[in-house]
Amino acid sequence: MSGARNISNALRRARLPRPRVHLRPVLPQSPLTHATALRSFSSTPLRASTKEIKYTSEAYNIQRDPKFAEVTADDVAFFKSLLGSESAVVDGVTADATDDIEPFNSDWMRKYRGHTRLVLKPQSTEEVSKVLKYCNERKLAVVPQGGNTGLVGGSVPVFDEIVVNTSRMNQIRSFDQASGVLVADAGVILETADSYLAERGHLFPLDLGAKGSCHIGGNVSTNAGGLRLLRYGSLHGTVLGLEAVLPDGTIVDSLSTLRKNNTGYDLKQLFIGSEGTIGLVTAVSILCPPRPRAVNVAYFGLESFEHVQKAYLEAKNQLSEILSAFELMDGRSQGLVHTSTGNKYPLEGEYPFYCLIETSGSNAEHDMAKLEAFLEHVMGEGIVADGVLAQDETQFQALWRWREGITESLSHLGGTYKYDVSIPLAELYQLVEDCNSRLTEMGFVGDDDSFPVRAVVGYGHMGDSNLHLNVSVRQYNKEVEKAIEPWVYEWIQKRNGSISAEHGLGIAKRQYIGYSQNETMVNLMKQLKGLYDPNGIMNPYKYI
Amino acid sequence: MASGLRILVPVKRVIDYAIKPRINKSQTGVETAGVKHSLNPFDELSVEEAVRLRERKGPLQVENILALSAGGPKAPDVLRTAMAMGADRAFHIDVPDAEGSPEPLTIAKMLKGVVEKENINLVLLGKQAIDGDQGQTGQMLAGLLGWPQATQASKIDIKDAEGTVEITHEVDGGVETLKAKLPLVITTDLRLNEPRYASLPNIMKAKKKPLEKKTLADFGVEDTRRLKTIKVTEPPPRKGGGKVEDVDGLVAKLKELGAL
Repeated sequence: MSGARNISNALRRARLPRPRVHLRPVLPQSPLTHATALRSFSSTPLRASTKEIKYTSEAYNIQRDPKFAEVTADDVAFFKSLLGSESAVVDGVTADATDDIEPFNSDWMRKYRGHTRLVLKPQSTEEVSKVLKYCNERKLAVVPQGGNTGLVGGSVPVFDEIVVNTSRMNQIRSFDQASGVLVADAGVILETADSYLAERGHLFPLDLGAKGSCHIGGNVSTNAGGLRLLRYGSLHGTVLGLEAVLPDGTIVDSLSTLRKNNTGYDLKQLFIGSEGTIGLVTAVSILCPPRPRAVNVAYFGLESFEHVQKAYLEAKNQLSEILSAFELMDGRSQGLVHTSTGNKYPLEGEYPFYCLIETSGSNAEHDMAKLEAFLEHVMGEGIVADGVLAQDETQFQALWRWREGITESLSHLGGTYKYDVSIPLAELYQLVEDCNSRLTEMGFVGDDDSFPVRAVVGYGHMGDSNLHLNVSVRQYNKEVEKAIEPWVYEWIQKRNGSISAEHGLGIAKRQYIGYSQNETMVNLMKQLKGLYDPNGIMNPYKYI
Repeated sequence: MASGLRILVPVKRVIDYAIKPRINKSQTGVETAGVKHSLNPFDELSVEEAVRLRERKGPLQVENILALSAGGPKAPDVLRTAMAMGADRAFHIDVPDAEGSPEPLTIAKMLKGVVEKENINLVLLGKQAIDGDQGQTGQMLAGLLGWPQATQASKIDIKDAEGTVEITHEVDGGVETLKAKLPLVITTDLRLNEPRYASLPNIMKAKKKPLEKKTLADFGVEDTRRLKTIKVTEPPPRKGGGKVEDVDGLVAKLKELGAL
């Protein structure tokens, strides 16, 4: 039976809407899926393409801090003897390794580029500890790097910081079926962790577009939010413990698997979202919920943002515990996905707003009854103008592509200025409209190549009041950037929003932390930084 | 010649094609409990094509599209999907799940009964169901009815009001175009069309469309089985490749295997 099924799969894949090019490498199905005990996973870092990316140091006009030492041949020899294997060190100091090192020096958006000449890939926490201790003593700056899928340049070096990449720390350490607690190395790829859990009836409580490349250690360090935060909450809650290494080599073993542990300061929280500025996360213990057995997806077209808000309220009230995602996409974002992928729109007509609703539950019939009642209500009341419901797995995936594929589509079409913000729900979309009229009035937006801006689009996690404002440009342009920043941050500050809801600060927003944190808070952060990283070697030149 | 098309679209509920099927513990078949099922992808194409024939407003109007599925209590799910896509009514031929699907000849005989009772002049079938992969029903039905058949269609064109139909299908090294007159049996292949999403208003409407429950006996057919499944097993697992750490490891491995 599988023969023709495979052929039909292959044929349908060739024909059905599918992402054409994966910018980020996707892990192939491991032939070892049934292997037990410790399993090894690995990833390939991304390949940069041919066009030159501007150096971050020039683009952001940053000076190298002379307090940091430069990497010497002796240092490289030390690291080589410490880490043993050839593949653990990408050495651009004593040899020419330009091509090998480039993927670690730049990001997938082709926005940030550093000058590093050394990449280290330790395999154990002890190795990380020795590496950091050595760097600290020698005052060599370090950038911790996972899958390098970040959106703010936090994992990309600025100058010659040594990249410490977690890709070889990729073991799943343990999983407890009863409690659902997974303990895994920082370099395990999110999708790999999720497939491992899927075989055991569980789900990783985080899901995002870059899941095929990003590392869970990076997810934790940046406190990634993603698509299902609405349902499973933030990593500040689901991470039960972690293991990290401080710059002086101290191994912070807080790998608790307990849900409750009220014994003093909850220090692990310092590493969640601090973007590798205090220490390097080497392992994570995380609470994983049972995998939902019934998942449904509906895709709506709506006439206005007021309708979107109404639909969200109804979804929250009527679907309550089975609602697992409520995503907003504006018409322009869907238009760009259409242009980039050539896929047929799911709906007949075009609408200014689209929503994607996902339900996850344990009982298909119960969920369907609830969902149908909800759908009938929103259609009947005219809240939703049109919509479709996925009838099979293929349609399910295809509908999600209209949301998850936005980022990728934008990158196919040129550059993107990305703003990831939290704004009170009522004004969520106003930012996109204001930004669009501002840039249009300034004469930047247009349909042909003489205009730098292709479109101003908005989409995001409606359920979390989290909007992604994206300005799609034909090429990066200082004038456009000046027109948006700091205007956009001021706009958000006035509404007490956050200038970075889930992407972090990194390089991109290094100067703007003040718009969302007051002076006292920033000073407290600096004190902590000074305490644990007195030499400032951890991820320098970034937000702190 | 009849004034319009009265189309029969037989459909089957199968394990969703995106899901990897697993053998059940007793090795008598594939595990179906708790596995996501959906409309057989080839049948989805035939439903879509029937609806497009109506929308195309060709020389022959579509009078009626009848969807039909033989199966257990969940079979109406795919019939509702077919009606949400545009079928007008549906027959659910009740066959207990426990016994598995009837053999293609049984289904073909039953379909012959339906064709005669419902005065059907065009049968659009998927070329195969992705669970049994037998791909026989359409051909058997054409034989029983004594109708012309066009298999694995990638294009269907109604040429005139007399019921001349041109069908294109793929053959080795190219395409072949056939011409036949109604009544006709056509089986569908993947390139025929791209099935639509079931829209919410149509899903609502589909609930109100008539769905009649019937049995094989209503069409004078008995569920006799001539084949018995002895055993179902997985193919021997492919030996996975190994990974080497670096070039030295690769060279060492090649030497070990005697390749160098």
